[in-house]
Amino acid sequence: MYDFTYAKPASLAAATAALATEDAKAMAGGMTLIPVLKQRLNKPSVVVDLSGLGLTGITVTGDSVTIGAMTTHAAVAASAEVKRAIPALAALAGIIGDKEVRHRGTIGGSLANNDPAADYPAAALALGATITTSKRAIHADDYFQGMFTTALEADEIITSVSFPVPAKAAYEKFKNPASRYAMVGVFVAKGPAGTRVAITGAGQGGVFRHAGFEAALAANWSAAALTGVPTSDADLNSDIHASAEYRAHLCNVVARRAVAAAG
Amino acid sequence: MNAVFEGIGASPRRKEDLRFISGRGNYTDDMNRPGQTYAIIKRSDRPHAKIIAIDTAAARAAPGVVAVYTSTDLAAIGGLPCGWQIHSKDGSPMAEPKHPILAEGKVRHVGDPIAVVIAETKQQARDAAELLHIDLEDLPSIATVTDAMKPGAPEVHDGIAGNQCYDWHLGDADAVAAAFKSAHKVVTLDLENNRLIPNAMEPRVALGDYDRFSGDYTLYTTSQNPHVIRLLMGAFVLGLPEHRLRVVAPDVGGGFGSKIYHYAEEAIVTWAAGKLARPVKWTADRSESFMSDAHGRDHVSTAQMAVDADGKFLAMKVHTVANMGAYLSTFAPAVPTYLYATLLAGTYTTPVIYVEVKAVFTNTVPVDAYRGAGRPEASFLVERLVDTVALELGMDRVDIRRRNFIPRDAFPYQTPVALQYDSGDYFATLDAAMKSADWAGFPARKAEAKARGKLRGIGISTYLEACGIAPSKLVGQLGARAGLYEVANVRVHPTGSISVFTGTHSHGQGHETTFAQLVADQLGVPLSQVDIVHGDTGKIPFGMGTYGSRSLAVGGSAMVKAMDKIIAKGKKIAAHLLEASANDIEFKNGVFSVAGTDRSKTLGEIALTAYVPHNYPIEEIEPGLDETAFYDPANFTFPGGCHICEVEIDPETGVTTIINFNAVDDVGRVVNPMIVEGQVQGGVAQGIGQALLENAAYDASGQLLSGSFMDYTMPRADDLSNITVGTENTMCTHNPLGSKGCGEVGAIGSPPAVIGAVCDALGIRHMNMPATPQKVWAIINGRPAA
Ligand SMILES: Cc1cc2nc3c(=O)[nH]c(=O)nc-3n(C[C@H](O)[C@H](O)[C@H](O)COP(=O)(O)OP(=O)(O)OC[C@H]3O[C@@H](n4cnc5c(N)ncnc54)[C@H](O)[C@@H]3O)c2cc1C
Repeated sequence: MYDFTYAKPASLAAATAALATEDAKAMAGGMTLIPVLKQRLNKPSVVVDLSGLGLTGITVTGDSVTIGAMTTHAAVAASAEVKRAIPALAALAGIIGDKEVRHRGTIGGSLANNDPAADYPAAALALGATITTSKRAIHADDYFQGMFTTALEADEIITSVSFPVPAKAAYEKFKNPASRYAMVGVFVAKGPAGTRVAITGAGQGGVFRHAGFEAALAANWSAAALTGVPTSDADLNSDIHASAEYRAHLCNVVARRAVAAAG
Repeated sequence: MNAVFEGIGASPRRKEDLRFISGRGNYTDDMNRPGQTYAIIKRSDRPHAKIIAIDTAAARAAPGVVAVYTSTDLAAIGGLPCGWQIHSKDGSPMAEPKHPILAEGKVRHVGDPIAVVIAETKQQARDAAELLHIDLEDLPSIATVTDAMKPGAPEVHDGIAGNQCYDWHLGDADAVAAAFKSAHKVVTLDLENNRLIPNAMEPRVALGDYDRFSGDYTLYTTSQNPHVIRLLMGAFVLGLPEHRLRVVAPDVGGGFGSKIYHYAEEAIVTWAAGKLARPVKWTADRSESFMSDAHGRDHVSTAQMAVDADGKFLAMKVHTVANMGAYLSTFAPAVPTYLYATLLAGTYTTPVIYVEVKAVFTNTVPVDAYRGAGRPEASFLVERLVDTVALELGMDRVDIRRRNFIPRDAFPYQTPVALQYDSGDYFATLDAAMKSADWAGFPARKAEAKARGKLRGIGISTYLEACGIAPSKLVGQLGARAGLYEVANVRVHPTGSISVFTGTHSHGQGHETTFAQLVADQLGVPLSQVDIVHGDTGKIPFGMGTYGSRSLAVGGSAMVKAMDKIIAKGKKIAAHLLEASANDIEFKNGVFSVAGTDRSKTLGEIALTAYVPHNYPIEEIEPGLDETAFYDPANFTFPGGCHICEVEIDPETGVTTIINFNAVDDVGRVVNPMIVEGQVQGGVAQGIGQALLENAAYDASGQLLSGSFMDYTMPRADDLSNITVGTENTMCTHNPLGSKGCGEVGAIGSPPAVIGAVCDALGIRHMNMPATPQKVWAIINGRPAA
């Protein structure tokens, strides 16, 4: 780690002001940020700890689940209300990383980071979530802009994420054998936002919607409907664990399993 | 006597575990010396490059910096020595290029150390290391043995033609050629043994200390063999005599071979401590471990077996190319030769064998012994070849093994590849494992899996290995530059408690328990009264350390010999006290008694007398009860057994799941069954890791692609299944305990069983490790191997 100053503001305004400093960096659970700092891959001037802003908590109304940005994966996984309203979301949170990571890592941190193999981006995009920030509300369709890239401005803080409650949804994750991040993770949803399929881990540009799968499922919500629906491997990742071709194949297998699980 | 039996054959809880699980282990990084400085090593990020210039000025001027060293500062000290010399077929010695402490003129692999920065704090050393200006000019580079041997390949070491370290052979080429000519069939199999990164839980650490009053050096280090480090570093690198250099290896968190070797960092911190007259500490971080700990395996082979129409093995021929990496690590040359080729008879009566082994240099991390060392490569090759022979002859895999097993009554058995097996019963381990695995019920399970759309397979390996490498005279003839005996000092204190000083080293194996059991059993004292001391050249007379499953078979035998001396001396003292002849004194359960009488003295009474010799046969024997023995084994020991693995493959994804794993091994006399079970399970976990998960992936240029746990798949609990461990033991005939060793059997026996199961499920002849989902999927779908 390089030296930096540490700030723990008590209000959103103070946090925004602190983040206006050049090379300032927000910190939520630190599960991604701290390893990056330890490897000296980032040299922030000030680390702005968001844990004093009161951004935790889960609110469930009839048609939406709203989760404070600083809510941990473990809290979402354990929430009886989330399990009732969007069981797929609770289940997704419960298979992120390991226990230690789930007790520190947050939904805001995950969405702000937008790792191309992270799980939450798939849920946000498939469910048509709204990401509320210190400045505005951003629809998921506008939020994800490529790997590790989002619509957030440098001093913009995610405060909460709101998910419309779907009629049916499920998330299936084919884990990278080494990192256990998603090698191909597919979130399928049928609900107010329509029939949507979001895939994480596979695409070079991070999470993406699969038009072919969506069309097939809109016509016929069943695993069988996806049989033979192709995924182009042109924009998929290729690495030592999975070629683009294998990932394209897995997209179909994993999507079918997700639909079967969604019922 | 103790109420609960704690001697040989009991499974008391491990004495050391309370310390380990309550955070009171004393690891090298826990140690700090007054005035300590911190070293950061600047390493190459290039596989192969010329060093044009190194500008250290800015680093030297940085806050807190105490010193910056490059190879020019080390001109007076030697390179890292290699402990084993192989001679090629033509009699010429192997190519042994200098292995400099810090890179000289060139860097040869990613991770090659270039410079060291020493500062008051680790943070300052890190900051300063970033200020080093190192001007490198890339050179063409190679990572695989195939590329290394291509005509015109870049030379890792200038002037070493074809990058060849040696071209060695063993066995009778003519006899094999003749047998091949007249055989019913010759079966050929090409196979690779994947490269592995050991990843001990505790990264390597070295802390050098120098006493400017006495001139004595101390090195605290994460080593499996501190005396060997003292010898190699003292005599060959730094020129320090033994009495000026103490090497301490305290609690060590796993080694698996990777902490046998003498590494550059040990020499750097020791040398720099003297130069600066301050302690210098270096602690590897995990990324550094991936590119600086010796890797394991990396063979490319062709194996051939000539058979008659009944599946009887007539002759075997093997050609192997082994990747040495960029330099020769301490014992690297021995691994693909004497620890590999000599094992190619396996458990079978193959009458003639010929093996050729080439070792080559590449721009990769040096490769050396890793759990099993040579023997996993041999068992994988032999067992996969046997399966292939069965397949091509249309024979049952078990029948062909039984048909070729060395018969029970054929021991001692001389193989055509130099070894003489003393004991074994391969039928017994096979039968027990098949029963444990319910081999007979497999077809029904396969059918049930098929109904669910899954592919079931079962694999078997009836492997053999050699442990306790010995005797010294023989290994000397084979090129070892060291003896391979072991040393024990058994010190019975005046009040009867006992300290045992052993030259072996425990880094997870539980020696503090098993050795104490052995001593408690033989001397008839409670377990709590025996303490095992290891890992300090300042306390232990001498020793060769722990590797090759040698600690009980060789180190334990040294203890038995030392205890024999204690008992013999005790008898003389008892004879004096009991006014009898020493010949009439019996020793049993800690009591010396006159045969046929009730007159007796306890070991404690004898010890007190020995140290307070008021009434003592002082003209005949010296006071004290403290004996040392050096034990040089007469032969290797030969554990073996049968491993059976059952897998299920999801054909849609290519994912292989281990359903169950059954191991029945012959490890000779068992001191602590619980520890044997744990050792076998740990070894099997590593074997499953090699077979399904682990792969040190390099790109063609020598960039390490699997340089962290994000990409290097270590086995985790949920990658495994239940591992059922049993033993069917025959005794080693040439050591006093009958023990053979159990530390490596798991890693040696398991990979062929796992791959055999995967191939059985897929209905294919062979696939190389690791059987990752992508590779299995590609095979199912007829894609070219990835
Ligand atoms: C071992 C391990 C395994 C993991 N496995 C998985 C996995 O399987 N799936 C998965 O999805 N993730 C995984 N993760 C990542 C984990 O979920 C992280 O916690 C998450 O990506 C980041 O969340 P955080 O709260 O720790 O954020 P931090 O690390 O604190 O921050 C991450 C980034 O987001 C920014 N940021 C944080 N909060 C906000 C906010 N409210 N507004 C604006 N910017 C913000 C920070 O500035 C930083 O750039 C794993 C992590 C580890 C260490």
